[in-house]
Amino acid sequence: MTKIRLGGVVDPGSTRKNKTGGWRTYKPIFLSENCRKCKRCINYCPEGCVYLNEEGFPYADYDYCKGCGICANECPGHKETEEKAIVMELEEK
Amino acid sequence: MAKTILEGSHAIAEAVKACKPQVVSAYPITPQTHIVERISDIVAEGELDCQYVRVESEFSAASVVLGASATGARTYSATTSQGLILMSEVLFNISGMRLPIVITCANRGLSAPITIWNDHQDSISQRDNGWIQMYGEHIQEIVDMHIQAYKVAEELMIPVMICLDGFILTHVYEPVELFDETQVTKFLPPYKPKYYLNPKKPLTFGAFADPSKYMETRYILEMDMQKALKHLDQVAKDFEKEFGRNFGGLIEEYKTDDAEIILLGMGSVVGTMKDAVDKMREQGKKVGVIKIRVYRPFPKEAISKAVSKAKVIGMLDKNISLGHEGAVFSDVKAVLYAQESRPKALDFIVGLGQRDITINTIENIAAICEEALTKDVKDIHWMDINKELI
Repeated sequence: MTKIRLGGVVDPGSTRKNKTGGWRTYKPIFLSENCRKCKRCINYCPEGCVYLNEEGFPYADYDYCKGCGICANECPGHKETEEKAIVMELEEK
Repeated sequence: MAKTILEGSHAIAEAVKACKPQVVSAYPITPQTHIVERISDIVAEGELDCQYVRVESEFSAASVVLGASATGARTYSATTSQGLILMSEVLFNISGMRLPIVITCANRGLSAPITIWNDHQDSISQRDNGWIQMYGEHIQEIVDMHIQAYKVAEELMIPVMICLDGFILTHVYEPVELFDETQVTKFLPPYKPKYYLNPKKPLTFGAFADPSKYMETRYILEMDMQKALKHLDQVAKDFEKEFGRNFGGLIEEYKTDDAEIILLGMGSVVGTMKDAVDKMREQGKKVGVIKIRVYRPFPKEAISKAVSKAKVIGMLDKNISLGHEGAVFSDVKAVLYAQESRPKALDFIVGLGQRDITINTIENIAAICEEALTKDVKDIHWMDINKELI
């Protein structure tokens, strides 16, 4: 384990090592069957941790997603049924 | 060196000059003003190679020295009262980042009501901020403390606040022996930090620590604070070897050897206490004095040893932890708890907002302590309260 330096001085890029996803209570679950690929979730995510997979559907990097729920709130849902493509679920730890 | 007669504030400015700080930032506030005014003159006259940063508040002054210290500069600031508590947020950051900054606090009471006069409420309110806090009795002691403070701060990477009574010491003229600067540089070589901000090798100071790390950072700081007790004592001795003066390390004892009653105090009031004790000794009363020079880290062992043979101790608190008692009294009482034989402990709230503390006040305090030798006496006493005003 890396020892803490005097005064907590750290090298650049420390957020790559400090995973902050552990703060999450609710976890966004992405349902591709409802997704219209509008990318609003990507644009609204305050952490910038929603990405597109090879098929063009969004997914979250759970190492950094804090479960704020903004993506699920902004998601317009299925084109016709308007059923959400992102739902927030209580995360069991 | 020969003695000169100087105002307390100007003598401090000379001591700071001898320590060669590279960055000074301060905002003027009574009764600290003369210190930073004089340093400003010294820099303007080219006697000190230093960046003097004028700012719009004490919050900024503290922030400037924080940033400058993180780049590896030796830094200095001074403040008091409202200015000190405006610095409060930054002061916690400075100790957490382990920056060896030295500031002088010209002790003054806190508003409201407005007071520009002296007591210890301002620095006492900052006691948990991770700074070493020292209190001086007279100008020479305080001037010497500044040289020692940088030494301790830079060895342990813990900031130091030197407290002196506003007006009573800042504005008084006393004979004082100043420094040969080459001698000071020998005692206090230039500051060489292990980590510092450098664009070529970036580092983050004051990064966040999640619950898995924060507690360890506090533990490390506390362990080093405990180490500081030995360092402070040692540096006082090393200073004596170099400069020939030692006013005590953590505490100073005065006529305590055979004392039944021991009075404890911090700062300039100790001078009055010593005079009062001399007078009482002539009357055959066995009274002694302990001067607490270092308040944080609290010198538990030294105080425990010094009061072990006393029957009654009286703490003179120039502060009040509202809703409880004098803050230093709480600490002194806690020391007694671990002792097999405990003297009775009494607290005397004195000198708030610079109410005069005279020899008569001290004699009255000693009389209450004497009464406690044989009778039950209440533990907390506010001295010289004018009942007609209440």
